[in-house]
Amino acid sequence: MDFVMAFIVGGFICLIGQILMDTTKLFPAHILVIFVTLGAILSGLGLYQHLVDVGKAGATIPITGFGHNLVTGVIQEVDQYGLLGVFTGALKSAAGGITAAIVFGFLMALLFNPKSK
Amino acid sequence: MKKLGRQTVQFEKAPSIIGTATIVGPKEGQGRFKDYYDLILKDSIYQERSWEKAETKILKESVEMAIKNSKVPTAKIDYFIAGDLLNQIISAGFAARELGLPFLGIYGACSTIAQGAIIGAMIIDGDFGENVVAAVSSHFCTAERQFRFPLELGNQRKPTSQWTVTGAGAMVLSAKAHNPRITRATVGKVIDMGEADPNDMGTAMAPAAVDTIVRHFEDTGKTPDDYDLILTGDLGSIGKDIAEELLRQKGYDISNKYTDCGVLIFYPEQDVHAGASGCACAAVVTCGYVYKEMIRGKYNRVLLVATGALLSTTSSQQGETIPCIAHAIALENL
Amino acid sequence: MPVLTKEQQDYKKFSKSKRPKPPLLKNMTMAFVVGGTICVIGQVFLSFFIAKGLTPSQAAGPTSIIMIFFGAFLTGTGVYDKLGKYAGAGSIVPITGFANSIVSPAMEFKREGYVFGVAAKMFVVAGPVLVYGITSATIIGLIYYLLHML
Repeated sequence: MDFVMAFIVGGFICLIGQILMDTTKLFPAHILVIFVTLGAILSGLGLYQHLVDVGKAGATIPITGFGHNLVTGVIQEVDQYGLLGVFTGALKSAAGGITAAIVFGFLMALLFNPKSK
Repeated sequence: MKKLGRQTVQFEKAPSIIGTATIVGPKEGQGRFKDYYDLILKDSIYQERSWEKAETKILKESVEMAIKNSKVPTAKIDYFIAGDLLNQIISAGFAARELGLPFLGIYGACSTIAQGAIIGAMIIDGDFGENVVAAVSSHFCTAERQFRFPLELGNQRKPTSQWTVTGAGAMVLSAKAHNPRITRATVGKVIDMGEADPNDMGTAMAPAAVDTIVRHFEDTGKTPDDYDLILTGDLGSIGKDIAEELLRQKGYDISNKYTDCGVLIFYPEQDVHAGASGCACAAVVTCGYVYKEMIRGKYNRVLLVATGALLSTTSSQQGETIPCIAHAIALENL
Repeated sequence: MPVLTKEQQDYKKFSKSKRPKPPLLKNMTMAFVVGGTICVIGQVFLSFFIAKGLTPSQAAGPTSIIMIFFGAFLTGTGVYDKLGKYAGAGSIVPITGFANSIVSPAMEFKREGYVFGVAAKMFVVAGPVLVYGITSATIIGLIYYLLHML
């Protein structure tokens, strides 16, 4: 069941992205920025967690899930450390993902070259 | 006075094209004009370390090949006029560094080949030189990274987008009496119809092409019947449709002899959406297919209208609309 | 935005009718299927880590790291770009697309050197995502903090 829901929720989030791309002049970078911000806002309003409960990876794997991850991190840290948590929370919870992206990104750039088209 | 009307010149000693050369990438080599290119690369990096170096090498070799084909000794080449799409026209400048010819670097985006041919023809008709090489290059990979996205970014191309031609075209213009010749030329005005989408150049450039074509007919008193073939540079399928319709509105029906280099270079199944673009687009078709078919006599009077979009990544990020240009040259067998 | 003249506005209307529309239904289907499939692959790892005893929120971390690795590797090997051509947002929106947006410029600008090329260009797309993601999360955190102070 988790797999079916992940497929439906994840697919649906991507579908919204596709509609935005095809009906507006937005570039992929705009879509990513809008989605990460939207994920953060929905998470702040307490809505995104419901989506995660239903869609599991279908809600965490899309970039909206990254925004949600940042916000849940901030809120946890604020609960624990107060004002300081506002500044430490986001990156603490996203540390793994950001580090992986930078390190794997750098490694792949060392190993591979773009293919000619 | 060699000038006709507002924007057109008539060459007295109609300079001839005595040799051309074209080099294209592998994808272009599978396209419609594969039998007309002098060299088809197996790999668009062409054994170089970067795409930019590859483009420079393609441009330089096309010039050397054109000079060889023209049988004019290199020492007799008076000017080398070239341009490309990269910032500060580095392909042209770096090719000129290797070639050691007196160099005029020009920029007219994808219309550059016509701009070069016009300047070259004026030099010859004005007796400032006897042999001039005009050449341009473009490269899909260098253009993508400068104007659009990294090659491996998994983005989806829009149906209006066009594929930059990898290749170079060079022509040697000469004062010798020979066919084909450049008989007339119309220098275009910059036209901006308010289009701002850098993924839809055909729509932006079509009005510029129309303006230049109409101006050419008005200045010269010629009609579409005076040409066997009217060829725009890189309007692509969408821009071509628009240009045809705009011309019809202005009373010129050219549909039976009009086509566009950007529509022709690739087959539709090569997945290039609205067609081809780039400096090399008009150049490889003119220096390859058109030149060779004029020598064979299939065409005797061709009007080439090379089109260019004079935008940069900075201007489009700042939300500016796209200024466009088109230059026309009449190629004739006399 | 520049102000358009009457002539330019008329042309805009005219050209709009000529412009082909993207095949929306096909693109939407592809985005849905590919995006959904990537999430299912993510779910495989998520379920695996949960089975190993992690809580669902703990399991999300290692899952994204693995997915980022896949995205980066498939970009390096030239597969992701081909996938993106068909999948559109289906391969842009998942975290693998974020990895693609980091690796593709990093590879592309290798010739410009390891500092100004690879390292600087790496964040061409990912940088804005981090800036807006972190800033909005921080603002939300601040609001949350202030609401709880009251």
